[in-house]
Amino acid sequence: MARREDGRFLTGQGSYVDDYRPARLLYAAFLRSPHAHARVVRIDASAALTLPGVAAVLTGEDLARSAKPVRAASKTPAVKVTSFPPLALGKVRHVGEAVVMVAAESRYVAEDAVERILVEYEPIPVVTDMEGALRPESPLLHDEAGTNLLVSREFARGDVDEALAGAALVVRERFRFHRHTPVCMENRGCLAEYATGSGTLTLRSSAQCPGLVRDVLSDLLDMPEHRIRVIAADVGGGFGAKASLYPEEIATCVMARRLGRPVKWIGDRREDLLATTHAWDEIVEAELGVDRDGAIVGLRAQVTADVGAYSIYPWTAAIEPVQTISFLPGPYRVPTYRGRTRGVATCKAPLGPYRGVGRPPAVFVIEGLMDRAARQLGLDPTEIRLRNFVRDEEFPYKSPSGIVWDRSSFTASLLRACEALDYAAVRAEQARARAAGRWLGVGVASYVELTGIGSAIPVSPGMPIATGTEAATIRFDPAGKVTAVFGVASHGQGLETTLAQIVADEVGVPIDDVRVIHGDTEVSPYGTGTYASRSLVLAGGAAILAGRAVREKMLVIAGHLLEADPADVVMTDGRWAVRGMLDRSVAAREIARAAYTGARRLPTGLEPGLEATRFYDPYYGTASNATHVAVVELDRETCAVKPLRYVVVEDCGRMVNPLIVDGQVHGGVAQGLGAALLEEIVYDDQGQLLSGTLMDYVVPSACEVPWMEVHHLETPSPVALGGFRGMGEGGTIGAPAAIANAVADALVPLGIEIAELPVTPDRLFRLIEHARARG
Amino acid sequence: MVTVRLNVNGVAHEGRCEPRKLLADFIREDLGLTGTHVGCEHGICGACTIMFNGEAARSCIMLAVQADGAELMTVEGLMRDGKLHPLQEAFREHHGLQCGFCTPGMLITALDLLRTNPSPTDREIREGISAVLCRCTGYQGIVNAVRAAAPTLVAGR
Ligand code: FES
Ligand code: FES
Repeated sequence: MARREDGRFLTGQGSYVDDYRPARLLYAAFLRSPHAHARVVRIDASAALTLPGVAAVLTGEDLARSAKPVRAASKTPAVKVTSFPPLALGKVRHVGEAVVMVAAESRYVAEDAVERILVEYEPIPVVTDMEGALRPESPLLHDEAGTNLLVSREFARGDVDEALAGAALVVRERFRFHRHTPVCMENRGCLAEYATGSGTLTLRSSAQCPGLVRDVLSDLLDMPEHRIRVIAADVGGGFGAKASLYPEEIATCVMARRLGRPVKWIGDRREDLLATTHAWDEIVEAELGVDRDGAIVGLRAQVTADVGAYSIYPWTAAIEPVQTISFLPGPYRVPTYRGRTRGVATCKAPLGPYRGVGRPPAVFVIEGLMDRAARQLGLDPTEIRLRNFVRDEEFPYKSPSGIVWDRSSFTASLLRACEALDYAAVRAEQARARAAGRWLGVGVASYVELTGIGSAIPVSPGMPIATGTEAATIRFDPAGKVTAVFGVASHGQGLETTLAQIVADEVGVPIDDVRVIHGDTEVSPYGTGTYASRSLVLAGGAAILAGRAVREKMLVIAGHLLEADPADVVMTDGRWAVRGMLDRSVAAREIARAAYTGARRLPTGLEPGLEATRFYDPYYGTASNATHVAVVELDRETCAVKPLRYVVVEDCGRMVNPLIVDGQVHGGVAQGLGAALLEEIVYDDQGQLLSGTLMDYVVPSACEVPWMEVHHLETPSPVALGGFRGMGEGGTIGAPAAIANAVADALVPLGIEIAELPVTPDRLFRLIEHARARG
Repeated sequence: MVTVRLNVNGVAHEGRCEPRKLLADFIREDLGLTGTHVGCEHGICGACTIMFNGEAARSCIMLAVQADGAELMTVEGLMRDGKLHPLQEAFREHHGLQCGFCTPGMLITALDLLRTNPSPTDREIREGISAVLCRCTGYQGIVNAVRAAAPTLVAGR
């Protein structure tokens, strides 16, 4: 089914934040730090304030008088809580940190004003290397923490040291997954309006989590929640980048409240690359022990993550490093495990969630180790995986980090992927290519991801805010049309379509009769937003519950109108009829009209109206899994990696809209492929960002992305309502590992392993030169 | 301030702006046509692509004054008689968009491609649309949409 939101996007009628232009609007610009680490000695904005058209200037100290500092709290001592001032207070900790805000009659004038502001900085030593930041002599980012080690945590099961000592084979590697960033095509932006008369604040923001932003603004600005409205109308991509609270959102609200005029800030691409959260920047040192048959006996690993300068709200600096270590064991039986993880502060932009959070590096590592073990044992990569997958009869299976996998299709997805690819034929072709001196490789990656997390576990470890529920309100109007309102927020996923499909099914109306509203805290029931592959599971589940409640009432009213026992009323073809007497029927419209007509047309004692709000909590959540297979060829001249085929077999449980599921996989794989081959955030050792434009940070274009063959298994989730499993992130989780393994496989004749991503042509060139020199 | 006279989507406009004003900002702010998006302001992402005297051009790296006397078409000009253009239809049918942010620039770029190459191969489609970055779709739905729309556009000539 085609999407219902497309009509406005195709005709230029979307309403992204920047498209809204209220009267008396002021435009904001930020002066950002050119230093990676410096004390702010003095700010002189007088020349800016005399520029015609400039309304106000806000410094960190001004702002601190109107808003509390952001502190991403944590219940676990594993996380050190530090402050993140919206505008620098006392010192700056990364290049691009916001220092001063200007509001003016146009963005052009605001930027002129920024240029006239003098800030005197006193540079202090910079630390950009995460391992260096752990040395005692390293410069300290946060005095209050007393260390740059903001996160440290360990998971263990059994005696891994003994298991590895007794293993037939131990493979080990130091993996490096470099820094990336999501790059939504719409830069971040927001617009705040404060109505002085009513004391209400409205923030329009390119946010994934309007509810979460509303809650925290209430605390920071000391305003009751019901006076704050956060709207995330159309949002041009999120991928996790827009899931956190950002300094500009707070500063914009403070400025609007202070001036009593609407204030808008729209980030440009430079600001996006400098100050939107980065991702996945980790070193993973890991050892995998297997027995003679390739069965895993133990896994020992240490993750070190460069979490950048600040711990972000609400996820904290722990989100990436802890997820990486939690998901490292993958879909395998791992009898003994010890995983340590560390999050280290450096003078770079903060690390935050990005599609897959922790899992793209984790899967790169475990799948890389599986391939290394297979090669040394002379096993096919598919064979070693089949021998180690959690078997169908072992579900639910508790992983060594304590996550419980419900019934999944690990084995089936791999077998199906081999069949779809015609694995044997591809291997035969590879042998021929190799004989002809070509570098052709096949890479396999299987993974499982936790999705749709309920209240049993926080989305990020120790995070004190509740993210385990979402709600749906389903309301019939007297004309028989349905409005369904949700606290989740779509930023490309097509929730206006999929949620409408679920609601239409539940209440028995055509989908065109359902309108979905989301992303507006003023009209939606309580919720946080869209992140962590949760929306279809949580909001879809809530839609089912609310739909059921409405349907029950419709049966009662229909029974009354038809003079039949409600138990005998059935819903067929959009009409509500008496079982066995299909000519005695009423339409939803008639039921709805009766519901609003009052006691005269309703059974005695039945409350008028036809609507329900229901909350859903999937408690533990569920899981999705997939196998990706990539076939790549390396150009012997340029060292470029060309993907020839890409097969995905994924299992997201019951699919509501296969077209949308495919689209999510395609987009996810393209991002994973970019991460594996092209994209890298680069800082120099003084903390200057070298990849500050889209010329330097290379996002794949249509020419770099291969045709993708996507197949589905539909193992309904045994634990989530509707059988849904979330799936928005999966493509990005599997692709880096599949590509890395394919590149390594192509280079088997040279004995090259891929331990660093992205594997750019110059990295490959150096690896190949090195291997040749080695002979 | 300078005066800019131009024709956009068949309608004559006259506006006054600073000489430094970008064409993309002029289209969005002065003409109120917010369908044209700005994704990078440095000529890479293609979100701001419009038809400029019949050819695709990036409105973020042009000044409004350069468009004096020009004929432009933006995404708002694609519909005819309240009906979607066949390319828009194809994007909808083949899921050629998700968040919709790249879509206006992508539609204009694809239209330009089909104007110069009415029946492109998949490789040519990919090359043609590589001027616009899309972060959501992995381009597959877009390639499918352009391929499907090509014969309809030829037939409609
Ligand atoms: S905004 Fe013009 S090319 Fe990106
Ligand atoms: S649809 Fe989101 S960037 Fe293309």
